[in-house]
Amino acid sequence: MSARGSASPARQAWRRFRSSRGALASLLFLAASGLAALLAPLLPLASPRVLALAGEARAPRLELGGPHWAHRVSIRLRLNEPPRSGELLARAERALAASARELTAATPRILRHGPRAAPSELELALLYRPELDPARGADLEARFATLLASQSGPDGLHVPGGGTLALALAGVTAQDGYGPLGALDRALIALRHRLFGFFQLGPWLGTDAKGRDLFARCVFGSRVSLSVALAAALVSVVVGVGYGALAGYFGGRLDAVMMRLVDVLYSIPFLFVVIFVITLLGEYRTELARLGIGRMTAFFVVLGLSTWLTMARVVRAQVLALRQAEFVRAARVLGASHGFVLRVHVLPHLLGIVAVYLTLTLPAVMLYESFLSFLGLGVEPPQVSWGILASDALDALNPLSVAWWLVLGPALFLGATLLALNVLGDGLRDALDPRLGRNG
Amino acid sequence: MTAAWRARLRNVLALALLVPLAALALALARRARLPRAEFVYSNGSEVTTLDPATVSGQAEGRVAMALFEGLTVKHPQTLAPLPGVAERWEVAPDGLTTTFHLRADARWSNGERLTAEDFLFSWRRLLEPETAAPFAYQLWCVRGAEAFGRSTPEEREARWRAVGLAAPDARTLVVELARPTAYFLALTSFHPLFPVHRRSLEEAQRRFPGRWQSEWVRPGHLVSNGPFKLVERRVNDRLRLVRNPEYWDVASVALRSLDILALEHIGTGLNLYLAGEVDWIDRVPAALVPQLRRRADFQAAPYLASYFYRVNVTRPPLDDVRVRRALALAVDRPTLCAAILQKGEPPSWSLTPPGLAGYPRPEMRHAPQGADEAAHAAALAADRAEARALLAAAGYGPARPFPPLEILFNTSETHRDVAEVLAADWSAALGIEVKLLNQEWKSFLDSQTNLRYDLSRSSWIGDYPDPNTFLEAFTSRSENNRTGWSSTRYDALVAAAAREVDAERRLALLAEAEALLLEELPILPLFGYVSQNLVHPRLGGFHPNVLDEHPPKFWHWQERAR
Amino acid sequence: MTLFLLRRAGWFLVTLWLVVSVSFVLMRAVRGGPFSSERALHPAVEQSLRARYHLDWPLWKQYLQYVGPLDWSAEGHALVGGDGTRPFGGLLALDLGPSFKYRDFTVGEILAQSLPVSAALGALALVWALALGLPCGILAAVRRGTRLDLALRLGATLGIALPNFVVAGLLVLVFVFGLGWLPPAGWGDLQHFLLPSFVLGLPFAAYVARLTRAGLLEVLNQDYVRTARAKGLPPRLVLVRHALRAALLPVVTYLGPATAGILTGSLVVEKIFAIPGVGTHFVNSALNRDYPLAMGVTLVYTVLVYALNTLVDAAATLLDPRIRLEEAG
Repeated sequence: MSARGSASPARQAWRRFRSSRGALASLLFLAASGLAALLAPLLPLASPRVLALAGEARAPRLELGGPHWAHRVSIRLRLNEPPRSGELLARAERALAASARELTAATPRILRHGPRAAPSELELALLYRPELDPARGADLEARFATLLASQSGPDGLHVPGGGTLALALAGVTAQDGYGPLGALDRALIALRHRLFGFFQLGPWLGTDAKGRDLFARCVFGSRVSLSVALAAALVSVVVGVGYGALAGYFGGRLDAVMMRLVDVLYSIPFLFVVIFVITLLGEYRTELARLGIGRMTAFFVVLGLSTWLTMARVVRAQVLALRQAEFVRAARVLGASHGFVLRVHVLPHLLGIVAVYLTLTLPAVMLYESFLSFLGLGVEPPQVSWGILASDALDALNPLSVAWWLVLGPALFLGATLLALNVLGDGLRDALDPRLGRNG
Repeated sequence: MTAAWRARLRNVLALALLVPLAALALALARRARLPRAEFVYSNGSEVTTLDPATVSGQAEGRVAMALFEGLTVKHPQTLAPLPGVAERWEVAPDGLTTTFHLRADARWSNGERLTAEDFLFSWRRLLEPETAAPFAYQLWCVRGAEAFGRSTPEEREARWRAVGLAAPDARTLVVELARPTAYFLALTSFHPLFPVHRRSLEEAQRRFPGRWQSEWVRPGHLVSNGPFKLVERRVNDRLRLVRNPEYWDVASVALRSLDILALEHIGTGLNLYLAGEVDWIDRVPAALVPQLRRRADFQAAPYLASYFYRVNVTRPPLDDVRVRRALALAVDRPTLCAAILQKGEPPSWSLTPPGLAGYPRPEMRHAPQGADEAAHAAALAADRAEARALLAAAGYGPARPFPPLEILFNTSETHRDVAEVLAADWSAALGIEVKLLNQEWKSFLDSQTNLRYDLSRSSWIGDYPDPNTFLEAFTSRSENNRTGWSSTRYDALVAAAAREVDAERRLALLAEAEALLLEELPILPLFGYVSQNLVHPRLGGFHPNVLDEHPPKFWHWQERAR
Repeated sequence: MTLFLLRRAGWFLVTLWLVVSVSFVLMRAVRGGPFSSERALHPAVEQSLRARYHLDWPLWKQYLQYVGPLDWSAEGHALVGGDGTRPFGGLLALDLGPSFKYRDFTVGEILAQSLPVSAALGALALVWALALGLPCGILAAVRRGTRLDLALRLGATLGIALPNFVVAGLLVLVFVFGLGWLPPAGWGDLQHFLLPSFVLGLPFAAYVARLTRAGLLEVLNQDYVRTARAKGLPPRLVLVRHALRAALLPVVTYLGPATAGILTGSLVVEKIFAIPGVGTHFVNSALNRDYPLAMGVTLVYTVLVYALNTLVDAAATLLDPRIRLEEAG
């Protein structure tokens, strides 16, 4: 039971935490990163996976950007003659937009290509939908051609309000920028389209050798890296705390046996276990897929299992100490069950140390993920993670031509996140118990 | 421990930790010091073994070429057979019997004379099942060799007497083939046919019965007959070779010492080359090829190897040949080669690579040559239209969408890039959803062998300049098939070609077999290989050739760059 | 102390046996064998190879042969007693078997060649870790709250933040191609040592700095230190004589896991700098399905980790008599 004095220990801890500006800032930064990762499809970034094979990586350019977002279905129209007036062109565009809306139930944006004064091509750009993708069998091109023909005469398109515009359908192309998406992501993409159209930020961090925007890859990579870290943390906490608490609470022979097991597991080089589990999961992937466990989930679990041992040891030590505490013994004397004692008295006191260790294991897990990606055992493309970006960065560091931006991008993101985690950890430790630094 | 002692211990602890550590580190470093050899090159990962009969990799073959020599040696540029241990040879008019005359001054590195008996012993050892030589079948062109290779220990001696190998005297070796084999002379410079020293083998077997395979190849024990001999070996580091003074042609061997490094990381190899520590690397990071191509010391040459995708024809929807053809047609090969690979790999519509003399190589398609982009785009559009029509004919469309496919590949940047491009091509042109699965090497091979894949990346390197080395892999009985495809007609054609005496007719039979393969498409042809060597500009005697074989005996330093 | 060491030794053997058994089964449970290759072997050839390495025996027989009671060279595969020339084979005779991948070597020979290399690399990495970490930590603690402290803490965090292969790439660019002082890779001379050991030791230096700083700060606040200062002792003397020894405890405790981490972390460094150490074998043996080498490496790792932990626990008692040598986690 917490003492009702000036303030509960929790509130005191919070006040101490708040007073440390670094820790507070890190917490906010991490919350913001998490939010950005979650909402990544909403941001006006380039697609992280569309290839633009131009041969060499491009250096960063601090330009604002333009309507280059690749995730679209394009109806391209070639203007055979320059339009007689801007006003005519505008009316024609409205008519074409209406036609497109009739066929696709979506309003296209109209982009002009070519010289400003006399555009040579019009593009009706729609948000990508698989039903409109000609590669998947959609006959949008044929239907649009028919519609266009019905509205055109020998001189060209009959523009409502008078005049003709000589144009021809150059083709319909589609580009899927993200692959299969979950429901939330699809909603975010739709929202992004409504807010920003086809606008996409410029190559602020440059591109890699395959033309993929690095900034976008870093942000989308954070989704994978952060979720890997969180999932691993979850597994680590659940397994580690459970195991350690049990061992420490019941003590005696059970404790001895459980800790022996931990010692043995500690001695097995974890890399073997990783390789074994990954190959094993690869072999049974169809069965696992039926259960809804994809390779990524399995990967999370494996990484989480890499860190639970230390957590178990630390929790056990803490619980061992707590077991002797007055209030626990009192509760037992009063007849409380083991479960009640564990839940109400022991676990809350573990919060502090668990939180501190989490902030230590998360960076370790993220670095381990990058290590596995370097070896080729990690996340698979076209998924992108910071580990994969770091691996690409190593290839970019060669004496012939240093694509320094390929190192800067992941270094910034990874470094900032790990820095924030470490500062947060320090702050937590100071706040929860200034004397807790002993065990660091 | 008294308090005083404890205190002193504590005070000094920090220093005490550092000093012995540093001393230990330095002492161990000094022991490892080894000065650079005259020529250093990178051989990829550590070789499996130095025994030339039991290996099958390119890295092992290179080391074998430095340590041993066969009856003939390949010319560094034309790959024609030059006299090696054999100073001359005669082929009988029927094409079946070849008589090799060994030179009088052929010696082992310990001074003993090399005789025809040594070849008899070594080739017998190659054929014996107990040796577990992966290339034993290469010698089955010799009369009676296959029967000997499949014999039980009881039949062994009897079968050996029926084998067409004889050594009438110490300097003559007579070989009788079962059927005329055009590439037999080329085989005599191939590492499985190199001679091994009988006496040191048998002595190792006697003295170290459990582990003689590793004892007889030790530096100091290994007796070899090639231009170089082994002086030191460190696992995962290097092989140190020096010029063999007993070699019959030692006067032409210019290099005094040779270091063969085991380097795994390609970027490291490049760094070492650019820093001048290594004189030849045969692999470069894929991303840097555009810049390296502009250098004078970069040699890219056509290589006798093909890159293709195996198709698991036992799995629907890939069991339908129309689907396979559609997949093959929809790939944009020129862009793949130009944009991803960038070393000048030629797009390929066949299993066999170009460059096989006299072979009327069939192609799935006659693609436009040259750099005319419009022609390529038009051809691709036509191909893709045909592919879509094929899919529709196979019954796939909006009503019945095509199921997702999976590309299996082993961990490598290039394989991943190629798979990504193919997945994008198939998605864009045919609307097929394609997933990528990356497995590490052994799991990958296992999946392939047990037909647990849809499409799998694959490549095949030719052992000798003849189409048979590619085509025999896809016969029904071959363990290299791994696609589940079998065709009795194909098997019959390949077997008939093996029996055919007339060279031209034989190549025509093989072409017919390949054409059949390209109709049935258990593989999707993609592109041919290009060898990529960064070689020191002052190295002479090193020429790009289609087998990427470079006998070290011809290497020498020149005054000025090539 | 003796009882402690004896008990530790006992548990060590149990742990070792468990590790051997679990790894043995784990490795053979994964698909893919040591002899598969792109150019598949003729079934008869593969059969021959498997027979040579006893892979055609049932699993229990292979296990017994590896661990010892069954002797390798005895064709009669007799149980305990072997072929009469020696009582045991396998692990009990300290014979780790031949390598399946590097067929010219036994596992013992490979380890004998690569362990000194890794030991040297690891030792020098630890030297860097301590030589960089300790002074930085002490400085940061003594100048707490100043900009120097902040800068050092930032540097320490960055040292942990970047994956070590990226740091390696950067350093190679600067020191090899930029300044031309060091060779890019290889092994053979002192100069080959410097970069790889620095890269390896850097994250640990960062951790050591943080631990030292934290430990020192705590100690500096203690009453006895403040008393010493109040008595007028020069600050440096206070530092060295009183504060340091107590502050070093967490560092020493950390050295155990640090060395284990150096062993596994050396993999990347060895790959990039082409160093023939044990780390490469860690991954490659598993990927090649080279069972004996993988087992040998696992055993080495186990022995090292266990020995180090024991050493660290023993050292901890020496440093701080309040810690008793019991099996407290």
